[in-house]
This record gives sequence, C-alpha cells and structure tokens, in this order.
Amino acid sequence: MTSLPSSTDRKLGLVIDLDTCVGCQACVTSCKEWNTGGHMAPLTDIEPYGAEPDGVWFNRVHTYEQATDTGSRTVHFPRSCLHCETPACVTVCPTGASYKRSSDGIVLVDEDKCIGCKLCSWACPYGAREYDTEVRVMKKCTLCVDRIYNENLPEEDRVPACVAACPVGARHFGDLGDPASPVSRLVEEREGVDLMPELGYRPVNKYLPPRARPSGSDESAPAQLEPVTAEGGFFGWVDRMLSG
Amino acid sequence: MHPAFSVIFFTTSSGAGYGLLALMGIGAAAGLMPDSAMLAIVGLGLALAMITAGLLSSTFHLGHPERAWRAFSQWRSSWLSREGVLSVLTYIPAVIFSGGWVLFGVDAGFVRIAGLLAALGALATVVTTAMIYASLKPIPDWSNRFTLPVYLAFSLATGAILLNGIQALTVAPVPALRWLAIVFILIAWALKVAAWRHNDSLALPTAASATGLGTGEVRSIEWPHTQENYILKEMGYQVARKHAARLRRIAQGLAFALPLVLILIGALAGPAATFLPVLAAVLAVLSMVPGVLTERWLFFAEARHTAALYYGYPHARTK
Repeated sequence: MTSLPSSTDRKLGLVIDLDTCVGCQACVTSCKEWNTGGHMAPLTDIEPYGAEPDGVWFNRVHTYEQATDTGSRTVHFPRSCLHCETPACVTVCPTGASYKRSSDGIVLVDEDKCIGCKLCSWACPYGAREYDTEVRVMKKCTLCVDRIYNENLPEEDRVPACVAACPVGARHFGDLGDPASPVSRLVEEREGVDLMPELGYRPVNKYLPPRARPSGSDESAPAQLEPVTAEGGFFGWVDRMLSG
Repeated sequence: MHPAFSVIFFTTSSGAGYGLLALMGIGAAAGLMPDSAMLAIVGLGLALAMITAGLLSSTFHLGHPERAWRAFSQWRSSWLSREGVLSVLTYIPAVIFSGGWVLFGVDAGFVRIAGLLAALGALATVVTTAMIYASLKPIPDWSNRFTLPVYLAFSLATGAILLNGIQALTVAPVPALRWLAIVFILIAWALKVAAWRHNDSLALPTAASATGLGTGEVRSIEWPHTQENYILKEMGYQVARKHAARLRRIAQGLAFALPLVLILIGALAGPAATFLPVLAAVLAVLSMVPGVLTERWLFFAEARHTAALYYGYPHARTK
C-alpha cells in the first residue's frame, strides 16, 4: 500500500553533523560496498572506467562554500534519503512498490513491483532516489535495513554502513521518535534542522549546522614570526641599533 | 525536467483525443450533433486512436511495461494510478457511444447517456493527468493553481479544433462549433500566458534552504561525481532555458494565433463559401499539432526541480 501509516512505532534515521564532516567520502564508498550486495542489490555501475561513468549511489557528498559574517567557510554535505514522515515518493507510486514501514518508518522499494515509471524520483525534493537503467527499477537508501536488525553481525556493527564507516563521528543513527534517545538529544542541543521544511515532507533525518566561529580572527591568528635573515643597508643598521 | 518524448506525445495526443471525445459526447447528450455515421466513425475513431496511441506511448517509457497492470492498484493515494483506472474505465462508455451512434444513430437514448458518461470519463482522466504534475511540490513550475485549468483548457481547445476540422470534412462546417473553438483557444491562451508569467516570477528555494545552511550565499564548489548522474540527466535539463522566449512565441503562434485566425476566416467567409471554410478548418488542425507539441515540450523542459539546487544550478529565470 502506498498510503502512509498514520504513525510509526519508531522513527529510525540519521543525524548528520555538518560541523564535523570532512568530506572524505568514506560513507559513500562504504554504502556502495554494502548495498551492492544488500537488500536493493545490485547498485549498478555503467561504464565505471569509461569516459562517462554513471551508476546508482544511495549517498552523495557535496561540497559548498558558504558566506558567513565571519568569512566564508567550506561545508561538506552528505545527501541521502531522509526517510520522511510524509514522503510523497511513496504516495505517488501507482503500484504499491514504494512503502513506508509502520514499525520503524524506513522507506523502501519492492523491486519486484516497481514498473520503473520514475514518478517517485520526481516527487522527491532531495534527489534521493536513483533509477537503475540496467535493472530498470528505482533504487534508494534502505537505512541498511539488512544490517541494523542483522543478528549475524556483532551488536556494535548493527548500524548503517555509512555510520559505521565515518572516521570523524559525523553520522549518528537512532530513533528520532524517542525524545530521550541520544540522537534526539543531539538534535536538541545542536539545534538540528530539516531540509526544505516548507515543502511539508517532514524529514526524519536531521542536519546539525556548522558551529558559529568566533568573530574577528585576532584570537586565533598565529603570531607574526621574526625574519630569519637580518636586513642589510641603512635600515638594517637602524634595526640593529634599535634592537640592541 | 528531462522532456521524454513518450510523455509529451501521451499528454498531447491523449489530451486532444479526450477533448474531442468529451465535446462529441456532450454534443450528443445535448442533441446538438448531426446524425452522421461518417462523423462518428472519423471523429470518435480518431479520438479513440489518439487516446490509445498516447496511453500505449506512456507505457513505453516504463522500465517494466509487463508489470503495468500493477498501476491500477494504488488509486487511493496515487494520481498516476487514478489516471490508469479512469483511462480504462472511460473506454466502456466510449465504445458503447461510438458503436451505438454508428449502428443506431446519435439520437438513441442509450447513445446519449453513453456519450455523457464518456465525456465525464474523458474530462476526469484529463484532471488526473494534470494532478500528477500539479501535486509534485519539488517542481514549483507545476505545483501551482494553473496546471489543472491549463490541461483542461488545452484538452478542450485542441479537441474543438479537431472537431471543427472533422465536422467540416465529413458533414458541413458548423458556425456554433467555430465559435466554441475560438472561445476555448482564447481561454487556453490566456491561462497559458498567465501560467508562464506566474512561473517566471516564482520565488524558488535556494541552495541555502536545500542544504539547511540557512543564511548567507551557498555556492556549490564540488559535485559528488565528475559526470552527470541520473538526477542531473532527469532533473537538470537546461537546454530549453536558452531558447525559451522564442519557443514560447512559436508555441503561441502555431497553437493559438494561427488556428484562431484560420477559424475566423472560415467564420467570416460567409454561408456561400464552401471550399474556404473547410480548408481553413483543416489548416487550423495542422498548425495546432506542432504548436501544442512545442508547448508541452516547454512544459517539461522549463520545469525546475529542487534536487538540481544541490548541484548549484541557478534556478532564477533569465530572459
């Protein structure tokens, strides 16, 4: 059914810290590696070593320059499915292939029902769904549904592959429906935001904005160093006289 | 948005076919249609052929056309599914109407009722098509109050131009039909110009709101990939922006202005003229076809999707 559940027991999702992310792409490659053998496998690549490589990825990291009051800064921005509470990508699906789970809120595609009409990708404001031109069905992030409940994995590994891979701890996984969960508290502390909330999709994933930097660069600027070689000529003589 | 030929052909061909079917159905129900089997065969035959060709074309762009039957299941939530259901249901009264008219004449009671039901089904199907686009919030060029009336007006205007041509060829030019075509053309023209104006002055989201960074200019300095991916191929189409103004003039000239002038010539030629009104009515059809195809191509090609914001695409319209 592509009608949405009125509520979900849990709201599993990601919290992504834009202050910490260094844009190393580890989450991107780790996601690709796990998921090309996972629930939505394969994540087809077209011409991977050719002139115009293309392929399906669930997670893409963009880099932006943002102008702020204290100078411009570089922001790395991982983009993937936000597992929205009211995802139009699900309701527009004519076949029932797209669905939102009432148990944990994860948005998934049943590949066997997908007719490849691409309408769900048009309905996603965040560009999270990618069409597989080889298998001819739509694919998307599964929140690693085949990891987070996988009892064959050690308990500490039962998190999405992108979260496990992040070397700087910029990605957090948990239940955003529980206000006491670590991820919910993190969002509250750091004033996490929704992407394009005006569209009304109510994303579950939150982004933590980069922390404000201290205004004025004097405090953090390194001290000026003395020139190594003494200046010659008249001014060099003046300098030596005055320094002595 | 990438303008896929299959969808452009579907929306224009089926749209005109449904408009033609609706006008003939309403005309028959109201007792205004001349009882001509030839008019029924050519007119309703063309309407059903255009509808069917459009629907078949729309299934060609599916990844798995063999699973298309599944699309009838989610009518509770999906406008695309509703379109599928209504398009198939409309065939029932449409076929009874066409066959009944040819065999029993247009004035038979059940033919009139079937005509009315076919007209309602045809217009309802056009509404579902329009709502597929009008309900897509990531594409502000479509998700506004103009999309639905424009689709309905285009369907009726193109249907009326077709009916005017067919009636002139098979029976005789009907003065009332000419004025009906002229009124629908003027309505469609006014609505389309208003829709273009609305879209040109849209305040679209920026990269700052797409990334949640909020304040300050946000400039894309590095893409996640070196070549175009699915998102950019499907939603980053920019060719139309370059020639948009000229293409809009071409669309208006061919779809509206020229058919309007031709039909007016037919109307003003006087009752004595026999050849000129027929020629004008047929030329109006031939002009309308490339005009509407251009308009529909622009409808897709000019539409801007919020996902392209992540790639730093400038979404402001440049004149």
